[in-house]
Amino acid sequence: MAFAGRRDVPEPPDFGILKRLARDQLIYLLEQLPGKKDLFIEADLMSPLDRIANVSILKQHEVDKLYKVESRPAISASDQFCFLVRPRIKTMRYIADIVNADKMSGRSRKYKIIFSPQKFYACEMVLEEEGVFGDVTCDEWSFYLLPLDEDIISMELPEFFRDYFLEGDHRWINSVARALQLLNSLYGPFGKAYGIGRCAKMSYEVWRDLEEESEADGQGRKPEIGNIFLMDRAALVADTDYVTALCSQVVYEGLVDDTFRIKCGSVDFGPDVTSSDKSIKVLLNAQDKVFSQIRNEHFSSVFGFLSQKSRNLQAQYDRRRGMDIKQMKNFVSQELKGLKQEHRLLSLHIGACESIMKKKTKQDFQEMIKAEHSLLEGFDIRESTSFIEEHIDRQVSPIESLRLMCLLSITENGLIPKDYRSLKTQYLQSYGPEHLLTFHNLKRIGLLTEQSAGETLTAVESKVSKLVTDRAAGKITDAFNSLARKSNFRAISKKLGLIPRVDGEYDLKMPRDMAYVFSGAYVPLSCKIIEQVLERRGWLGLEEVVRLLNGNEFSVSDSAVEDNPTWESQRVILAVFLGGCTFSEIAALRFLGKERGCKFIFLTTAITNSARMMEAMIEAKA
Amino acid sequence: MDCYTANWNPLGEEAFYRKFELYTMEWSLKEDLRDCLVAAAPYGGPIALLKNNARKEKSPGIRPLLEIYSASGLLLASIPWKSGQLVQLGWTASEDLLCIQEDGTVLVYNLFCEFKRHFSMGNEVLQNHVLEAKVFHTEYGTGVAILTGAHRFSLTTNIDDLKLRRMPEVPGLQKPPSCWAVLSQDRVTIILLAVGQDLYLLDNTSCSVVTPPGMSPSAGAYLQMAVSFNYRCLALFTDTGYVWMGLATLKEKLCEFNSSIRSPPKQMVWCMRPRSRQRAVVVAWDRQLMVVGNSTECIQFVLDEDSYLVPELDGVRILSRTSHEFLHEIPEASQEIFKIASMAPGALLLEAQKEYEKESQKADEYLREIKDQKLLPEAVSQCIEAAGYEHEPDTQKSLLRAASFGKCFIDKFPAESFVRMCQDLRVLNAIRDYQIGIPLTFTQYKRLTIEVLLDRLVLRRLYPLAIRICEYLRLSEIQGVSRILAHWACYKVQQKDKSDEEVAHAINQKLGDTPGISYSEIAARAYDCGRTELAIKLLEYEPRSGEQVPLLLKMKRSKLALSKAIESGDTDLVYTVVLHLKNELNRGTFFMTLQNQPVALSLYRQFCKHQERETLKDLYNQDDNHQELGNFHVHSSYSEKRIEGRVGALQNALDEYYKAKNEFAAKATEDQIKLLRLQRHLQEDFDKPYLDLSLHDTVSNLILDGHHKRAEQLYREFKIPDKRYWWLKINALANRGDWEEMEKFSKSKKSPIGYLPFVEISVKHHNRYEAKKYAPRVTPEQRVKAFVLVGDLDQAADAAIEHKNETEMNFVLSKCTASTDTAVAEKLNRARAQLLKK
Repeated sequence: MAFAGRRDVPEPPDFGILKRLARDQLIYLLEQLPGKKDLFIEADLMSPLDRIANVSILKQHEVDKLYKVESRPAISASDQFCFLVRPRIKTMRYIADIVNADKMSGRSRKYKIIFSPQKFYACEMVLEEEGVFGDVTCDEWSFYLLPLDEDIISMELPEFFRDYFLEGDHRWINSVARALQLLNSLYGPFGKAYGIGRCAKMSYEVWRDLEEESEADGQGRKPEIGNIFLMDRAALVADTDYVTALCSQVVYEGLVDDTFRIKCGSVDFGPDVTSSDKSIKVLLNAQDKVFSQIRNEHFSSVFGFLSQKSRNLQAQYDRRRGMDIKQMKNFVSQELKGLKQEHRLLSLHIGACESIMKKKTKQDFQEMIKAEHSLLEGFDIRESTSFIEEHIDRQVSPIESLRLMCLLSITENGLIPKDYRSLKTQYLQSYGPEHLLTFHNLKRIGLLTEQSAGETLTAVESKVSKLVTDRAAGKITDAFNSLARKSNFRAISKKLGLIPRVDGEYDLKMPRDMAYVFSGAYVPLSCKIIEQVLERRGWLGLEEVVRLLNGNEFSVSDSAVEDNPTWESQRVILAVFLGGCTFSEIAALRFLGKERGCKFIFLTTAITNSARMMEAMIEAKA
Repeated sequence: MDCYTANWNPLGEEAFYRKFELYTMEWSLKEDLRDCLVAAAPYGGPIALLKNNARKEKSPGIRPLLEIYSASGLLLASIPWKSGQLVQLGWTASEDLLCIQEDGTVLVYNLFCEFKRHFSMGNEVLQNHVLEAKVFHTEYGTGVAILTGAHRFSLTTNIDDLKLRRMPEVPGLQKPPSCWAVLSQDRVTIILLAVGQDLYLLDNTSCSVVTPPGMSPSAGAYLQMAVSFNYRCLALFTDTGYVWMGLATLKEKLCEFNSSIRSPPKQMVWCMRPRSRQRAVVVAWDRQLMVVGNSTECIQFVLDEDSYLVPELDGVRILSRTSHEFLHEIPEASQEIFKIASMAPGALLLEAQKEYEKESQKADEYLREIKDQKLLPEAVSQCIEAAGYEHEPDTQKSLLRAASFGKCFIDKFPAESFVRMCQDLRVLNAIRDYQIGIPLTFTQYKRLTIEVLLDRLVLRRLYPLAIRICEYLRLSEIQGVSRILAHWACYKVQQKDKSDEEVAHAINQKLGDTPGISYSEIAARAYDCGRTELAIKLLEYEPRSGEQVPLLLKMKRSKLALSKAIESGDTDLVYTVVLHLKNELNRGTFFMTLQNQPVALSLYRQFCKHQERETLKDLYNQDDNHQELGNFHVHSSYSEKRIEGRVGALQNALDEYYKAKNEFAAKATEDQIKLLRLQRHLQEDFDKPYLDLSLHDTVSNLILDGHHKRAEQLYREFKIPDKRYWWLKINALANRGDWEEMEKFSKSKKSPIGYLPFVEISVKHHNRYEAKKYAPRVTPEQRVKAFVLVGDLDQAADAAIEHKNETEMNFVLSKCTASTDTAVAEKLNRARAQLLKK
């Protein structure tokens, strides 16, 4: 359903500069330690680093050997160690152990720690306590933003979710603010800022403070990004928007992520996909001509598309038949390479689809989807509960079981006490008792809770208020008042029409709305709110929703930035997801963008999905 | 104009010197300067006087009086001198007054006679007393050199970074040297001293005798020496009245002069200007002043009064009781213009402009003359430059007017130099005003820089003037106005007569949100003055929390600091405060403080989780947080290697969970303990690893190994739900391939999960034969699926037909292949057709 006078979608700004900046700074930092050195890299910095600077660049700047942080220190003869790490206490102790071991054996080396994206005082504290502060030099690699694709920028901080939402640790807020500052300085001031959620608000405020302090003169720049929308993963008390992240993804890119795990924009396709005996690493982005056409499609239409595509390809190959020598020469020199490339990609994606299908049918995917949909709609709760129970009893998958339990809890505003106990008991019996702590975490973050009567609420309140206090402690009380009201999820989904009324079959090939990313069963809440707020240019008229979402909304226009509707930038929207965003949400907003003639750019602390979210909650054995 | 050169005195062929009055002194001194200890700071700095210092007046009634005047003689401050006997006064580069006492103590005062600090020149000086002292300035800062009573030298090159150096002994020195000076060569500070006819050079390690080149042997004993402002030149005066002038390296003689005055001069100083080839020395006796240079002639002035010479970068200031004069060499540009009958372009331009004003056609003639030589730009530049050297605004104006006039006849003459000069002169005239009293010359001003000049105005508390200058010169706010306002505020907080509110308000009123103002710095100053409350009030205005916190901590307002840190959203700051609190408070109070600050608490918890797990326990204990304590123990049970340890930890957890009234967790933990104990037995009995398995896996493994009894026992003991047990058991049995046992089990009682799972599991293990056994037992609703699974399409079709279910029929049909199942397909099609007919 095309809009009348639909405008072309504007081009996104060029984010390649972010990579160049990061690379230049890294090289500068490496050069600060002249001479040959061994580089120790934190495991989860490896993929991002790979996107910025490859091994040969590192070698050019006299990096001798590369080690992974955590593996036992290799015996190295190098006189200089350089550590490229996240600012984590655990890593500091690892480094301190190396330094202290060297001291014991009387070796003297130079040590340099490069923190990415920034250094935390706590790290220095640990270094000091371990007695190595004087032996190391510290630097910061302000590598806040990694462009994964032309419209996705990731901070690659998956721990943001757990640290902030579970542990109440605010340290990454500052990093988010600095990332915004960086974007602001490179791409001009944002004209309008909207946001919802406490974390979003805090990040926004810290960022504003930073801007004021720096007094940088970015005002003169022509803005390239007109609007910014900040969103907490858990903006929403009762944590309604966890739903989006908890549902099984059915958009191709999301499915690939769920099945194979996309890491830093690339995926390792194993032998079952490549139909050979080795794995292939594939970069998934807009450059991949096949992928870019199917990434946002519902899985059911992907196969059809791929077979059509292969037929086209074959037809193009077949054109050779009638060619004379000259035409043939042209064909070989110009088209053949592209065709071959496309052919390779096509077979990879077909392989991936087959592999997905195989895995999904094994797990009764259809039934699971059905159960999910009834949870969303609130039908047949008992049946769904037994489905989950059976799922647990059969030990299908610890993560999936947990996910379904959480989904049930959120859509029902908590489990009824009987189910709460029995499901948990079943789970512990199936997957091991250590998950007792996992359940505690899930309860604390509000993903898996017990339906509570009024009086138990105060106990929860006092507990949670210890976790989450901010400038105005009074807001918590408000939050709990709203919590006391009956099922938030139902109320919100009704208010915003998140569950479309379907007459007849939902046409997944020609989607009508963003619900297609969940087979027409559910519009992601986050995306719906963005749509509504952009349409209204503010929160006016959404008071009820805001109240259900526990407030903390804001909407600020920068008066310094001229509201010039002719500027393309007005139609470029930066959607910031704090705590992660899923490919389904990305697909939904891309769809919305196409409908409305605007371009969404995604800035997220990390790409997430249900499995990653659940894993973040699981208490690792010490 | 004719009289303009009246005060020009020629010295030699090329050079002219002039002396003119800067100020009539306002100080109405009663004493003679000679009876006072005098020190005047260079660059038009303040003058310090110590009256009644002479030893002979030891009458107890009269105390010495220390007074500080501006260069124009306005009293800035005075105090009665109560400390020890003073030997020497001197000014530092930052215009602090150094008072050097006999015992080697140096007291530092600011220019309002407020005591700042003191330091000692060392024990040796203390014992032997100070005989003479000199204050000198080098690239290292302000230094002090001392000649002690034992005729030894001690010095420091920088009083702000005090490192005392004792110079080597001069061999055979029995009496004090007749004169001495501090030299600075190649960044080394050395001392040159004269004893009779001998010159000695003292460096760090050695003492050597030196002879100046070209010094006539009959010159006599040295009486006086002078080092130039830039340490490049040295002048020596001997008792025959002979003056030797040469390089301070003593490698070259520049010139000499014989004054034939044998009495020792009171003072001798160099009078030079940067970049000039002329070098001259000013020698002062009681009533006579002599300028000598590279000429057999000299310039002589009569001194009516007792005078004091102050060497400057580009001349000499002469102080007396009634006046303050400046003696300098006429710069080249001025010479060119004003020299009588000069035909220099500048001179002609000046003339032209004057004629122009008189509306005389001569203006054109002069102008043509310059233009014909194509020297107009030079003429303009010359006039601009010369204006800078003039002290009288009228002369400045006429020169600038000439420049402006000439400028009109040049295409694209860059206006910048002209504008700059106008601005500079405006600033200079303002500060030369006798109320301000800083008689800077243009050359000095340029050397000093505007920033330093502003600092000096601030030091004199001339805030409004400083701000005006900043505004006039359009200096950036941060460099200029803000900085001055900040200084003003820092001064303001010291005004003890006003209440905290008043001061805080006044400061905020004036400063507002001026960029670059650091309220925390002002607050720090207030705190230094002992006004903590005011400091806190001022900090409220500080927009950057990061700046508030360190000071609050210093003021021991830790709790306030903590909340400010949290407000800032900067976790590093919070950590800083937390760590500070941890060391400052006892553990109990520390925890209590954290309890009220959840953000800080969770940060500290995160830290403890990784770094100090025991503290974490204490934290929870303090809070009676039994739930978390339980979790803590569960967590630590994982790291226990021995099973007893693990059970122990879990037991602790169990207790805590009970206290937390978390029955579920308690029950789960209890089960876990039970399971662990059981697993240990199993491990012992079967010699297989069972630890760390979940209950499900434990039972499953038991069945896999054929220990059905044990499995049954666990099933009952842990009240495993039937459904789970059945799932688990058939899975394990199928894995084991124990079909017999499975069949037995299936018949043991009615399956709570139905029989379809039996079919499925058999098919999964590719055992259709077994699967077929169970298919008929499947409930009618699932029977079609079961038959399809076992591959019995015929029966499946029958079941579907029996159900009269079209979907099921279609499902079976879709499984039929044309070659083998035609009969079935036909049957189905028929049934379906019938069904549709109805």
